[in-house]
Amino acid sequence: MLFEYAIVGGILLGIFYALLSVGLNVVFGAQKIINLAHGDIIMLGGYAAWELYQTYNISPIISTVIVVPITVVLGYLLNRVIAPRLAKSSDPEMLSLILFFGLSEVIEALSSLVFGNAERSLPVTSIPTAPLKLFGQAYPADWWVSALVAIPLLAIFLLFLYRSSVGLQVRAVISDSVEAAVAGINARRISGLYFGIGFALAACAGVWGVFIFGGVSPTEGPAITVTAFAIIVFGSLGNPIGTLVAGIIFGIFYQLAQVYVPSWSNLVPYVLVIATMLTRPQGLFGRKQRIA
Amino acid sequence: MQSTDSKMKRLVGPTIATLVPVIAFALAIHVYSNELLLTYMAIYVALAQGVNIMYGFTGYLPFGYFGFFGIGAYVSGLVMLDYNFPPVVAVVIGGLGGALVGAILLPLFRLRGAYFAIGTLAASEAIYTIVANPSLQSITNGPYGLNLANYYSSGMAYGSAIGLVAISIIAVSYVRGSRFGLTLKAIRDDPYSASMAGVNVPRQRFYAWLISAAIAGMAGSIFGWATSVFYPQAVFDSSLSVLAIVFALFGGIGSVWGPTIGAILLYSVYNAIGISNPQYFQLIYGVVIVLLVLFAPRGLLGFWNFIAQTLRSKRKKND
Repeated sequence: MLFEYAIVGGILLGIFYALLSVGLNVVFGAQKIINLAHGDIIMLGGYAAWELYQTYNISPIISTVIVVPITVVLGYLLNRVIAPRLAKSSDPEMLSLILFFGLSEVIEALSSLVFGNAERSLPVTSIPTAPLKLFGQAYPADWWVSALVAIPLLAIFLLFLYRSSVGLQVRAVISDSVEAAVAGINARRISGLYFGIGFALAACAGVWGVFIFGGVSPTEGPAITVTAFAIIVFGSLGNPIGTLVAGIIFGIFYQLAQVYVPSWSNLVPYVLVIATMLTRPQGLFGRKQRIA
Repeated sequence: MQSTDSKMKRLVGPTIATLVPVIAFALAIHVYSNELLLTYMAIYVALAQGVNIMYGFTGYLPFGYFGFFGIGAYVSGLVMLDYNFPPVVAVVIGGLGGALVGAILLPLFRLRGAYFAIGTLAASEAIYTIVANPSLQSITNGPYGLNLANYYSSGMAYGSAIGLVAISIIAVSYVRGSRFGLTLKAIRDDPYSASMAGVNVPRQRFYAWLISAAIAGMAGSIFGWATSVFYPQAVFDSSLSVLAIVFALFGGIGSVWGPTIGAILLYSVYNAIGISNPQYFQLIYGVVIVLLVLFAPRGLLGFWNFIAQTLRSKRKKND
């Protein structure tokens, strides 16, 4: 019974974890930027959901849609400011890590000044549904509703990337930005847009993080970033589909650990990232080209 | 005799760089009576220099540096509590503990650049989760921390912290001036050419890593001893490595003076505003990092070197 509970719960949560980490992989995508502020964008998404619900009584399901355009624009603008400077430096990947780390500190500091240090949570009644009953076990409403919201979001994202003409340009820029520019693609604008989409996916996950993590607080960012990083490394850097599979596998591992060895469950992401990096650095779905 | 002469000359710079901060710390206690605060400042100078040895000379950023700090605090605390070792000996053992964990984490060097940074972070978080785990309460006292109040001694801990400052600066000067340092720089700038030229790249890097880990281990030991009661989250705090990295970057990585100055200046700022308004301090150093990366990747010392270089070229003209 417990085993089935862990598996089904793990899949439901895993879909959420896929959404949580795919944005980090997207930001990494075009310019090899490591977004250490990823968890903080997720945190901001959470505060957006909280404010929208408490002030305007807007359902988190609608908030998920509202945060998208705002974060795409913010991400795009940020990218246009920093990308040229990073590209000029000797070690862009490393410098991006330090830069976004600084940004993460700024976001964390500003959020605790604006929102205060106390954790804020939303009542489960803000998503007007009941727990899901399956195989004689009940799963909290936020688990399956967040999975249900994440699936269309991820589907739209994948359709955009693999079936639209802009998505084709994005993939061209990822595989070779110089060649793409030669073919008449505005590589800077496209990578800026893709970067913004990565931010938007993070913010969408943040809306649901308020429920899954039991609340939102200014200091939650870094731990989320490490978890997301573990998942994208596991599923291969630069490969969004790999992230989706890795997210679900992570969810199952994590739930199994929660059920059988709860005090050790926090080790799961760290062990996952170290084991992947050391044994199969290219990840589950990577071709053996990138030496991490 | 010219060679001894130039050798003497080469020793002057590092000696001054070591003695000035040591004397300054020794005198500071007579002017400013908050001993614990000065101890912490000295610990941060040592940590910033430890980061300097690692990142400044090998280009590997130890994001999980706090893991060694925490291990040092726990190893030294436990040998004091369980085996009644004198604190100063325990501090040295704590340093060895840090170096030992460094040796265990050696496989992480298969990762490069940013992956190494995140790999060390994950490793240190894993160590924290293990040490603080309620299941290990019989050994580490789990989440409840250690109480070293019986070993507290005013003056001794501060003295050890000053000693550690000296050790860390001597280590940096040695690394910087020696053949070892040159090979490290060669490795950082171009590992392929360095290994072609016969440098044993992994071994040299490993030594730097061990020295750096031992410094953090001793720093953690002194921190635990001076604080006397601590919880695991206080010594396995990722903001420890964050601050050490920021201090080193701010002062100027790869130099002897930079991290000392960066740590003293920024830690003073931290004490002026950071304790009462930590968010404002966090905001400031976040902005400092962003500006450093975008506009001054070489830190304060970058400006200083620029001035010194222009002066030196003028002096040469006069000769």
